[in-house]
Amino acid sequence: MNLRVEEKTLLYRQCLRIRLVEEAIAERYVDGEMRCPVHLSIGQEGIAVAVCSNLERNDYVVSNHRGHAHYLAKGGDLKAMIAEIYGKATGCAKGIGGSMHLIDLAAGIQGCTPIVGSSIPLGVGVAFGVALKGETRVTALFFGDAAIEEGVFHESMNFASLHKLRVLFVCENNLYSVYTHLDSRQPSRELTRMAQAHKMEHHHLDGNDVESSCFRLSDIVASMRQEARPIFVQLDTYRWREHCGPHYDNHLGYRSEEEFLSWQERDPIDRLGRELKQSGIPDSFFSDLEQELVKEIGVAFEFAQRSPLPHKGQLGKYVYK
Amino acid sequence: MSTNKEAKPERILTFTEAIREAQVLVMERDDRVFIIGEGVPDPKGTFGTTIGLRERFGPTRVMDMPVSENGMTGILIGAALVGLRPIMTHQRMDFMTYSMEQLLNNAAKWHYMFGGQQSVPLVVRAVVGQGWGQGPQHSQNLHTLYAHIPGLKVVMPSTAYQAKGLLLAAVGDPNPVIFIEHRWLHGTKGAVPETYYELELGRAEVVSQGDDLTIVAHSLMALEARKVLSRLKDKGIGVDLIDLRTVKPLDQSTILTSVRKTRRLLVVDTAWRTYGLAAEIIASVVEQGVRLLSSPQRVTLPDHPVPSSHGLTRSYYPNSATIFRKANSMLENVIDSDDFEQDWAHLEHADIPDSSFTGPF
Repeated sequence: MNLRVEEKTLLYRQCLRIRLVEEAIAERYVDGEMRCPVHLSIGQEGIAVAVCSNLERNDYVVSNHRGHAHYLAKGGDLKAMIAEIYGKATGCAKGIGGSMHLIDLAAGIQGCTPIVGSSIPLGVGVAFGVALKGETRVTALFFGDAAIEEGVFHESMNFASLHKLRVLFVCENNLYSVYTHLDSRQPSRELTRMAQAHKMEHHHLDGNDVESSCFRLSDIVASMRQEARPIFVQLDTYRWREHCGPHYDNHLGYRSEEEFLSWQERDPIDRLGRELKQSGIPDSFFSDLEQELVKEIGVAFEFAQRSPLPHKGQLGKYVYK
Repeated sequence: MSTNKEAKPERILTFTEAIREAQVLVMERDDRVFIIGEGVPDPKGTFGTTIGLRERFGPTRVMDMPVSENGMTGILIGAALVGLRPIMTHQRMDFMTYSMEQLLNNAAKWHYMFGGQQSVPLVVRAVVGQGWGQGPQHSQNLHTLYAHIPGLKVVMPSTAYQAKGLLLAAVGDPNPVIFIEHRWLHGTKGAVPETYYELELGRAEVVSQGDDLTIVAHSLMALEARKVLSRLKDKGIGVDLIDLRTVKPLDQSTILTSVRKTRRLLVVDTAWRTYGLAAEIIASVVEQGVRLLSSPQRVTLPDHPVPSSHGLTRSYYPNSATIFRKANSMLENVIDSDDFEQDWAHLEHADIPDSSFTGPF
């Protein structure tokens, strides 16, 4: 592929940062201080990074329950995210939303919501608003393979296509909706054919090959900026840990150890790291980077833990503006 | 009240014209406002309320939409989040149930769940049908569903004057507002000022004042309740008639002040009985420990869907006669009600608002 080493280094850094944040959450989750559901992105970091590294700061992102990676890759504030998961007043949603409701308006993160498919029309609406205002920014909309089973996905695709909105539909196919495999939910078919049915350009990429996805997406996003229209991108990947929570759950038997291991071998971060080493990046780079990120993450957790809980006067404060 | 000013003749508009005028005024003032809904620019123009708007404001501010109530509601919430002020229309409220997910989970919660960072200034206009055989899925009064949800406001005007002022307030409000138009009100007429004016959401109108009975009503039932006032007054019965105008927020203080005075409460709702608005209002008064002279009463729809046949709808819908009978019973039947019943006898069919209505909507 044709990315420069510096660009690949940045991708690696972004991916590793997300991985280390998620692992730190998983490690500390058992302490019982993060008292909200967490849907970790471990294994899926590559998609968020490949997409968001092609977005400008003022482009928009709308995401779902598994949104940590999207939030971080788009430039969301780390401290505010960790504080949000701790339910603290300093959280990105003042402790009211929790892990499933991340937001950072300064970074263009319009919001994440956990009802499957529910944020899809919101993202299209954001892009509709952008178009009505005569702006050209792009909205990247993240959702999983189950969301396309919701009717509202098709309603949203239809409208985005009709009005030629700048929406990047990012379908993260990790094969499972909680414990239910795609084969039990949908007939065997290319998911991209749904986009075709809505007269939408579509691409099918390897979500665990960050470099190649990033390279392809840079053309895709650039062409969308030039000619307003929605584009659907399916990126295949795999969730390593349980649907919700910090643990591995292969022992439940809903997926095989063999399948899991085959995907772990395709770890997006290892792959990038190997390639960087082959390009002559010294070992010290990797150890220095990890040290730096661990430090940053440690500071974020300290911030969250030291922060106050929301004042009880906040309880019903934001029902109406 | 000043009497010596040059009295301009009052300008009379229909409820439909008042709604149309409100939209014109707000679109002229605020270019963030746009109207979108199934059939908005079509020749019928949403029962006349959007006729001519596209010619005036252009196709990007007056739009038709795919038949995707839920998706479109979400899309308009998204547009509202980036600074626009959409007015969405539904020609029948029954279709709006498709969009419950978006209204409940996103519109109503956005301001709350992100700690007040953004709100959703979306107005959803919904028309409730009645009569002419529209039956179980074209005539549902569903305001209670929406009024139950924290974060939504629910507006139900009864007159042309209210319709204009409340719609302007709804569009100006930073929160999601469900604006419910009873189809039988569209043809009603009343005095409407030409100016821009807003009627505060959450503030009821005290239509008449009296010491003997409080009647609380809204929408079409507020008009029906007005019809009984003179009859009661003739017999020396004074009524506080409270027209709610908005059912969420509910103007509890106006209701409470009135009931503390009259100590009799009759609530008239356009919807079903169980878990309804009337129950809520009575509960909120009883909770306050007001000592009543007679047990509080409600006039509502029975707890079943509406049939299509005009042979059955007559006894389904309450009207001024129902309200009168109930009020009279609370006043120990001080009035011989036969006269009043005769006022209704001429209406052979109870499935049209008046004889000018010839269907089919």
